[in-house]
Amino acid sequence: MKKWNELVPGAVVLEAGSAEKFKTGSWRSFRPRWIEENCIQCLFCWLYCPDMAIKVEDGKRKEYLYDYCKGCGICAVECPGKKGQKAIVMEPEGK
Amino acid sequence: MELGYDVKELLKWSAETKLRQLSRKEELFTHGHRMCAGCGAPTVVKMVLMATDYPAVASNATGCLEVSSCIQEFTAWKIPWIHTAFENAAATLSGAETMYRALLKKGKMPENVKFIAFGGDGGTYDIGLQSLSGAMERRHDMLYICYDNGAYMNTGIQRSSATPLGADTTTSPAGSANPAGKVQPRKDLTRIMAAHGIPYAAQASISHWADFIRKVRKAHEIKGPKFINVLSPCNRGWRTATDNSVQLSRLAVETCYWPLYEIEDGKLTVTVKPAQKRPVAEFMKPQGRFKHLFVPENAGMLARVQEEVDRNWQRLLRESGEAAE
Repeated sequence: MKKWNELVPGAVVLEAGSAEKFKTGSWRSFRPRWIEENCIQCLFCWLYCPDMAIKVEDGKRKEYLYDYCKGCGICAVECPGKKGQKAIVMEPEGK
Repeated sequence: MELGYDVKELLKWSAETKLRQLSRKEELFTHGHRMCAGCGAPTVVKMVLMATDYPAVASNATGCLEVSSCIQEFTAWKIPWIHTAFENAAATLSGAETMYRALLKKGKMPENVKFIAFGGDGGTYDIGLQSLSGAMERRHDMLYICYDNGAYMNTGIQRSSATPLGADTTTSPAGSANPAGKVQPRKDLTRIMAAHGIPYAAQASISHWADFIRKVRKAHEIKGPKFINVLSPCNRGWRTATDNSVQLSRLAVETCYWPLYEIEDGKLTVTVKPAQKRPVAEFMKPQGRFKHLFVPENAGMLARVQEEVDRNWQRLLRESGEAAE
């Protein structure tokens, strides 16, 4: 943490997207688990994630960014899964 | 649990919006912001910026989004962004846009920079209304996005003029003196904006993202003031679980509580017509802020909410030239 007299005048933040340095993963009480074999790669979880905590590389869904996921569970609710089997399930944290 | 949507239809939207291609774009609103888990507002911002194919500049009225997306030294924004007071997001952006036009004339700025203002319902419907009205009247080339969560959530769920009829808030509490919660219906801001004669005003929802993305893209292609009102569920204020903001948005559209339409140069079009209009109680039931309405003594209020929704929906259908139901 900088001291007041070390800050940029006018409270200007010069580094775009610096919130990346602030990890919000510790807020989580439920943890999403991704089951790849049930995933149809629809990307809806990525689209709805309010915390940008789902990594998509080259158009493909990858693992969660657990450093940022707050565990809201929207992805698990919206996941269509495959043949009635969800690709995302929520589990209590610390189990 | 039922999905509540047709997967095939959403996959069709995905092809229409080129979702996979959009996933390759850099995310301009990053993780590490401090909005509550399950909040609708970051998704609104993410979708707006996703649909913006131009360099953009944003101003942000005080509100949840502003205070939790930029906390000293940590900003979640990757575009030039300015925090304004509660009342002047539109005025600040008007100034920036005017400066831009002057510099553009001198050849000191690149063309096609888009100006976007974000405000919550408190900063838009109430406190920022006069500066927004002024910006619209002066015909600034900007897009104003209101994320409407229906109360002052940031300061502890006080009623705003966007709070729906019957909702329990800390300043319209349901209790023995007033069992019904808020007794006044909400202000119809989208229509107020359209009444300024602006080229584009619309209502959107994160659950119907293809429609939302299309509206943002369309707005960016129109010169002049644009306004999009987006429903943004708040699990703290609506007293719901953290995982259902998209489900509730979908129910809001399907019950016609939050109809999706656009008004382009005065012409109104309903952009998403639910296959079957559901009773508004289905949208209200999962929310604790309406809990008190589901007792026999308050049946009258519940009926009044349904009446308001029906009247608004019939009026929209009439004005869009479609036969009323």
